[in-house]
Amino acid sequence: MKFPKINLDKLKNEGTGSVTAQERRKFLKLGLTVAGVYAGGKILSLTSAISTVHASGGGADFIKKYPYNPHYSMIIRQSLCIDCEKCVDACNSTNQVPEPNYRTRILTKKYTGKLDKQVEFIPVLCNQCNNAPCVRACPTRATYKDPVTGIVRMESKKCIGCKTCMLACPYDARYFSVERRAVDKCDFCWEKRLSKGEKQTGCSAACPTGSRTFGNLTDPENIVYKLIHQLEEQVWVIRPADDTKPNVFYMKGNMRSVENILNEQKFKYFDPNIKS
Amino acid sequence: MTGRMVNISKKWGFHGVEALKDASPGYKMVMGFFVLLTLAGLAVGLHALFVGYHHVYGVTRQISWGIMISAYIFCVVTSTGLCIVSSIGHVFGGEAFMPIAKRAVFMSIIFMFGGFCIIFFDIENPFRMAIWNVFSPNFASNMWWMGTLYGAYLVFMVIEYYFLLDQNHTLSRLMGFFGLVVGIAAHSNLGAVFGMLHGRPFWYGPYLPIYFIFSAAMSGGCAILFFTTLGWKINPEIMNQRMERAVKAVTQITIFLISVIIFFTIWKILTGMVSEGKQLVLMSLLTGSYAVNFWVFEIFLGMFLPLYLLIRSKGNNFNLILWATGLMMIGIFFMRYDIVVPGQMESVYHSLGVVEEANLLTYTPTFHEIMGSLFGIGFIGLAYFAGEKMLNGHQLEEHEIVPEGGYICPGCGAIHFMEEGETEEDAMKRHHRIW
Repeated sequence: MKFPKINLDKLKNEGTGSVTAQERRKFLKLGLTVAGVYAGGKILSLTSAISTVHASGGGADFIKKYPYNPHYSMIIRQSLCIDCEKCVDACNSTNQVPEPNYRTRILTKKYTGKLDKQVEFIPVLCNQCNNAPCVRACPTRATYKDPVTGIVRMESKKCIGCKTCMLACPYDARYFSVERRAVDKCDFCWEKRLSKGEKQTGCSAACPTGSRTFGNLTDPENIVYKLIHQLEEQVWVIRPADDTKPNVFYMKGNMRSVENILNEQKFKYFDPNIKS
Repeated sequence: MTGRMVNISKKWGFHGVEALKDASPGYKMVMGFFVLLTLAGLAVGLHALFVGYHHVYGVTRQISWGIMISAYIFCVVTSTGLCIVSSIGHVFGGEAFMPIAKRAVFMSIIFMFGGFCIIFFDIENPFRMAIWNVFSPNFASNMWWMGTLYGAYLVFMVIEYYFLLDQNHTLSRLMGFFGLVVGIAAHSNLGAVFGMLHGRPFWYGPYLPIYFIFSAAMSGGCAILFFTTLGWKINPEIMNQRMERAVKAVTQITIFLISVIIFFTIWKILTGMVSEGKQLVLMSLLTGSYAVNFWVFEIFLGMFLPLYLLIRSKGNNFNLILWATGLMMIGIFFMRYDIVVPGQMESVYHSLGVVEEANLLTYTPTFHEIMGSLFGIGFIGLAYFAGEKMLNGHQLEEHEIVPEGGYICPGCGAIHFMEEGETEEDAMKRHHRIW
């Protein structure tokens, strides 16, 4: 077999003008997936977040592939959390969670030798996992995945109190409630708020900075959808290696880039129609 | 009518409550101690139930399984182990193991009940379990399988024990086989309760279900030796040539099984040291707050001392075997504790590097938890000592009284009857279905 001789030195440079935006986008995605981006102590790229967390691609199929509708989820913009704990108080009063129990809390991460900040706050709560370890572990199906909303809920009367779910949960989201005589957990305020027509959870409504943003992942107009379906800002989940497919997402969420995302500003170097 | 009653009790080797009355004052004191221990455990357990477990137990949101789960596991591991080791004889036809079957199956049932006593005071709503385990089963849950299979296991063992007493070796063997299969399934599911929790790297993986089976067999060998030699201390008459041979055989297999567990432990440590998730917990076992538990109890008392003493005993020195296995039982309890509690010490958010979860979590058993565990242990002790007297040291009949046409089986020590034109050997093979 003969190979044609190609003289690379004499070939003309095609330039980047002929590459479509879609090609570029694919290439960028590929780069992010291959290289990964260091964020929050875990190497995880956005594309890997979406593809491994929900095992779906991009575009319109994406919406169809979300198993629930409305698919409730929360995105936490870590940089905006100021540790005021209004969310914790709101949660405790809304859902009647007496001390020392809690459904959500705020963790503190300290840094030394960083120029921009020394401390970061990480709110944590039940991740309402699509592949919930607690649901699998429960012997009596006292905890279950709501078939409509995807919220992991409790049927308290069935709970035998073996506490396997508390150990199965990789997010420490469960506790034994003496008042309910059952294990209890965050239900995205389904019982107290969402089922009564409210659109926000207690914690996200109480958050003064917008760090906790709650919404519907199947609605392309929803803020949560917009914040997650973008490439500009890194999105990750906690403990991705446990393969729980969580519905609580994290991002740094600095104001300018989020504004860009929400205003749907196209990046001109991606738009083939804009000639500079 | 009366004659038949007497016959059955004789056939079963049942000595009745009278035997307890005739016991020596020392024996009565020991039994009294276990009665008090059981009652005290029950009383404290009921107190905990009444005031609420969260007020008196040391378990927390993050370390939610403590000493009581460890004690439960200790009991059911020993129960399964007794079933596994004794099945070599009365299920698989290993003649040397046959004489231990009756005591082993009896203790297996007792250990299972002891375990249930403990778990009753650990599970928050035990009564709901009976209802929803049936009406709302989760077939993906190891906990469900564990509970259900252990229930079935107990039923099989009780039926098997009945047939063992009744000397119906065909059915006892069949039930023994089902009991063994279900017991192993239940027990590996108990390992999988831990081994299938993604968020707990110290437990996660196929290691625990496999380890639990071998560890159970080791505990079973240890328990058979301990309770047989203790029975010999109580009543030296139980030891005859067949029993001596059985003790020797069980000693050999126990030595082998201890070696297997040493091998398992070495590899658990070596593989864990290169795993980010396990290393921290392993270091606390090797050099940290659990070092005494690990080195003194688990390794020295649980493995190396009994290994040395059992080899020294050559299977003949019963005093040495009694000491070796008695200390080993204590070591094995710590072995269980060292699986359950350290596995929860590392918070799920530790790897996130947050201030709140920078240190390992701690757990200290409370008085109520210890007494709740002793409720089960006390019950086991009480049942053992009562059983030794009431069941005549688990012998079938007084050996002098051999009815006409019967003979003492060289395998199991029971009285068999020859059919016409049959030799003793043929009769034994027929009884025990050995081809």
